[in-house]
Amino acid sequence: MAEDFVKNSIAPDRKGNVVSRFVWTYVFATDHKVIGLQFLFSSLIWFFVGGFLALAVRWQLAWPWSDMPIFGHLLFAESGGQMSPGFYNMLFTMHATIMIFFVIIPILAGAFGNYLIPLMVGAEDMAFPRLNMMSYWFMWPAFACITLSFFMPEYGASAGWTSYPPLSVFQGDAQSLWLLAMVFVGISSMMGSINYLTTIIQMRAPGMTMFRMPMTVWGMFITAIMQAFALPVLTAALLMQLSDRILMTGFFLPENIAINNGVASSGGGQVLLWQHLFWFYSHPAVYIMILPAMGMVSDIISCFSRKPLFGYRPMVYSITSIAGLGFIVWGHHMFISGMNHTLAMSFMVSTMLIALPSGIKVFNWIGTLWGGKLQLTTPMLFCVGFVSMFVIGGLSGIVMSAPPVDIVIHDTYYIVAHLHYVLFASSVLGVLGAIYFWFPKMFGRMMNEKLGKIHFFLTFVFLNGTFFPMHFLSQMPRRVADPYIYEGLKDLLPLNQFMTICAIGMGLTQLIFVANFFGSMFFGPKAGRNPWNANTLEWTTASPPPHGNFDVQPIVRRGPYEYSHPDTESDYYPQTETS
Amino acid sequence: MNRVWSVLFFLVPVLGIASVLMAMYGIAPLESAWLPKSLSQAGDTIDQLFNGIHLLAAFILAGTVFTIGWALWRFGGRQDPNAKARYITHNTKLEITWTVIPAIILVFLAFFQMKSWAENKMDRPTVTVNGVSTFKPPMVMVKAKRFGWEFYYAGADGIVETQDDIFIENLLVLPVGEEIVLQMESRDVIHSFYVPELRLKQDIVPGMTQFVWFNAREEKDIEIMCTELCGWGHYMMKADLNFVSRAQFDAWIKEQESAYSPEFKNAVETTASRGEVNTAVPPRLSSASGSQLGFKN
Repeated sequence: MAEDFVKNSIAPDRKGNVVSRFVWTYVFATDHKVIGLQFLFSSLIWFFVGGFLALAVRWQLAWPWSDMPIFGHLLFAESGGQMSPGFYNMLFTMHATIMIFFVIIPILAGAFGNYLIPLMVGAEDMAFPRLNMMSYWFMWPAFACITLSFFMPEYGASAGWTSYPPLSVFQGDAQSLWLLAMVFVGISSMMGSINYLTTIIQMRAPGMTMFRMPMTVWGMFITAIMQAFALPVLTAALLMQLSDRILMTGFFLPENIAINNGVASSGGGQVLLWQHLFWFYSHPAVYIMILPAMGMVSDIISCFSRKPLFGYRPMVYSITSIAGLGFIVWGHHMFISGMNHTLAMSFMVSTMLIALPSGIKVFNWIGTLWGGKLQLTTPMLFCVGFVSMFVIGGLSGIVMSAPPVDIVIHDTYYIVAHLHYVLFASSVLGVLGAIYFWFPKMFGRMMNEKLGKIHFFLTFVFLNGTFFPMHFLSQMPRRVADPYIYEGLKDLLPLNQFMTICAIGMGLTQLIFVANFFGSMFFGPKAGRNPWNANTLEWTTASPPPHGNFDVQPIVRRGPYEYSHPDTESDYYPQTETS
Repeated sequence: MNRVWSVLFFLVPVLGIASVLMAMYGIAPLESAWLPKSLSQAGDTIDQLFNGIHLLAAFILAGTVFTIGWALWRFGGRQDPNAKARYITHNTKLEITWTVIPAIILVFLAFFQMKSWAENKMDRPTVTVNGVSTFKPPMVMVKAKRFGWEFYYAGADGIVETQDDIFIENLLVLPVGEEIVLQMESRDVIHSFYVPELRLKQDIVPGMTQFVWFNAREEKDIEIMCTELCGWGHYMMKADLNFVSRAQFDAWIKEQESAYSPEFKNAVETTASRGEVNTAVPPRLSSASGSQLGFKN
C-alpha cells in the first residue's frame, strides 16, 4: 500500500498529469478498498477529535471551573481559563455526536463493511461502485457542518446528542448545522446499506451460500437491513425538527411555552413524539454499532483458536434476533419520560429478551476458545477483551432494563458506564482488533506485535479504570457541568479525579497505536497473502489486493471455519481449497 | 506470556465484584458511592431489586470471565506443534441448556419487578370521599422552569392552582410519614425531578401533567436535582427538600401564608368573587421575576 501510494501519487498518468492521477485513485475512487480506507482514515481522525472533547469533559468533572491546560486559556482568556457551562454542554454533545456518527458507525459499516464485504463474498467490487463513492462523499458535507458549528457563537450544538425538543428547537444556529450534518450522515449510511445488501445478495462467488458466509459478512448484512429500515424515521424526524426551528412549525412544540422571556410557538405538537422517533432509530443504531464488531470478533477468535466457531448457525440466528428485537425495545430509553407507564412493562420484557441472544453469543465465543490451540496475538487479545467487556456492558444492561431500577439510575453516570462498556470497551476494542487483524491485508505489511500488546494492556487497564467506577456514580446526574453544587455528591470528587487520570492515560496510550499504525505502514515486515493462516476468501488474494480483487474467480467449497479439520494435514482449510 | 493475559482477565471479575460489594455495603473508599440511604418503603424495594440484580450479575460475570481467563491459561501456553485443536462445531445439548436457564431467570426477573413499578408509577393514591373513590389531590404543584423550581402549595381549600395557593421558589418543605402527591408541569423545556433518597425520578414534559407520590419516613434535609438537560444553567437547577414533622410543617405553612399581605389577599378575594382572573402577584416576589412568571388563573 505504502509503495502503491507513492507510485500512484508520484508517477504521472497517461497524459503526464501527476495531480489528476492521485485525485482519481485516492480521492474520487470507486474501488471499494480505497473507499474503505477513506472511511477508515477519516474516522480515525475524528476519533481523536472526539477523544479530545471527552478529555475536556473529564477535566471539568475532576477539576471543575479550573484552567484547562492549553485550551482553557486559548478559549476562555477573559474568565481565567474557566470554561462556561454552555461550553461544557457542547463538549458532551459533540463528543457523543462525533463518536457515534463520525467514528463508530463509519468505521464499522463504512471502513470494514466496504473493505471486507466484496473480498469476503468473493466479488470483484461492490454492486454499485459510484453509489459507494457517493456514500463516502456525503460524509463531507456532514464533516463541514460539524466543523463549522464549532465556530458558531455557542461553540457547537449543545442540546445533547439526543437533541430533545423543546430545548433543541430554541438553541442557536449550531443546532441547525447539527441537524443538517445528521441528515447527510443518514443519506451516506443509506447509500452504503443499499449497496451492501445488493452486493451480499447478488454478488457472492459460486458456492458461497448464505450459510457459508463468515460472521463478519452476516454482521454487516444484518446491520445494513437495520439501517435501511430505521434511518428513514430518523431522517424524517431531523427534518421535522429543522422545520420547527426554521419554518416555525410545531411538530414537537406544545402551546404556551415561553423561553427566554417569551418566544411563542405555533403549538399543537407533542414533545414525546421526537423521543419516540429518535429512539426508534437510535436504539437499532446501538446494534448497528456492535453487530459488525461481533461478526469480526467471531472470525478473529475462531482463527486464533484454530478451531471452528462454536455453533455457527445459532450465532447467525442470535444476531438476527438481536436485530429483530432491536426494533421493539426503544421505549426503554423512555421509562420515566412521561410516556404511558403501562407501556414500560412491554418494553421491559422485550429488552430482557434481548439478553438471551446476547448471552448465547458470549457463551459461543467461550465455547470457541475452549479446547482451542490459542494464539494470543494482538488482534486475539483485543477480541477476547471485547468478549469480557461485552459481558459487563450486557449485565449492566439487564440492571437498567428493570424499570423500577431505572427510576434511580436513568440519566445518571450508571448509564454512561453502561454505554461506554458497550460502545468503547466492546465496539472500539473490536475495531482495534480488526485493524490489527486486517492491517496486513490492507497495507501489505505486519503491525508490530510488541507495541500492539502494550497498546492492548494499557488500553484495557485504563478503560476499566475510567469506566468501571462510573457504575458507582449511580446518583450523579449526567450532563451536569458541576455536580458538586449538590451536597450529596461532594464526596464523589476523588473518584472522578481518579477516572480523569485514567482517561488521560487512555488517551496517551492511543499514541502508541498511531505510531505503530504509521510506522508499520512504511517499515513493517512484509506480509504474504495469508499471514494468519486464515480460511476466508480475502486471504487468497494478494496483500493489498489489486483493483478487481481476485486473480482467478474464487469457487467456494466449504464454510469459513474449517480450522483443525480432521481430514486435513494443516490446521486450516481455506474456503476455496480443492479437497 | 499467556499466564500474564489470563491473570489480567482473572482480575476483571475479582476487582469488579470486590468494588461493587464495597460500594453496596459502604466500605471505604467507596462508602459514599452507589446510592444514598433510602428514605421510603418504595425506595427499599427498589434497592433490594438493584442489589439483587447486581449480585446475580456478579455471579454471571465471575462465571464467564473466569472461564475466559482459565481458557487462556490452559489452552494458550506452549503446545505440541503437531497436535491440532479439537474439531468441535457445536453441542446442541449445551446450547439448549445455556439458552433455557437464562430464559427462566429473565422471565422470573421480569415478573418479579412489575409490582414495584406499579407501586411507584401506576397506582396513583386514592381517597374515598362520600363513598366515592377518587385520586388523592396533590399537596403541591411543581412548576419547573429554566433554571429553578416553583412550588405552589394547595392553600386552605386543599386544591392546587387556585387563588389561595402559597408560592415558594427552590424550597420544598413536606411532612414525614404521610403519602404525599405532587403534580408537576413545565413552563418551558423538559426537566426531570430527581430525589435520589426517595428513589424518585420523573421527567416533566411541557404540555403534559405528571404525578408522583411518596411517603418519607425520616426528617431530613435533602436536595432535588434536575436530571434532564435544560440549557446552559442545567447544572445549577436545584432545590432544597426538607422533610419535617407535621407540627413543624403546619407552623411553616402558616408563616408562608402570612407573607402574603392583607392587600394582596383582598385583591385576590375581590377578583375571585367577581369571577375574574387574578393577575396580582404575591408581594414577596420581585416585580421582575413576578411579571415573567405570571400566575395561572
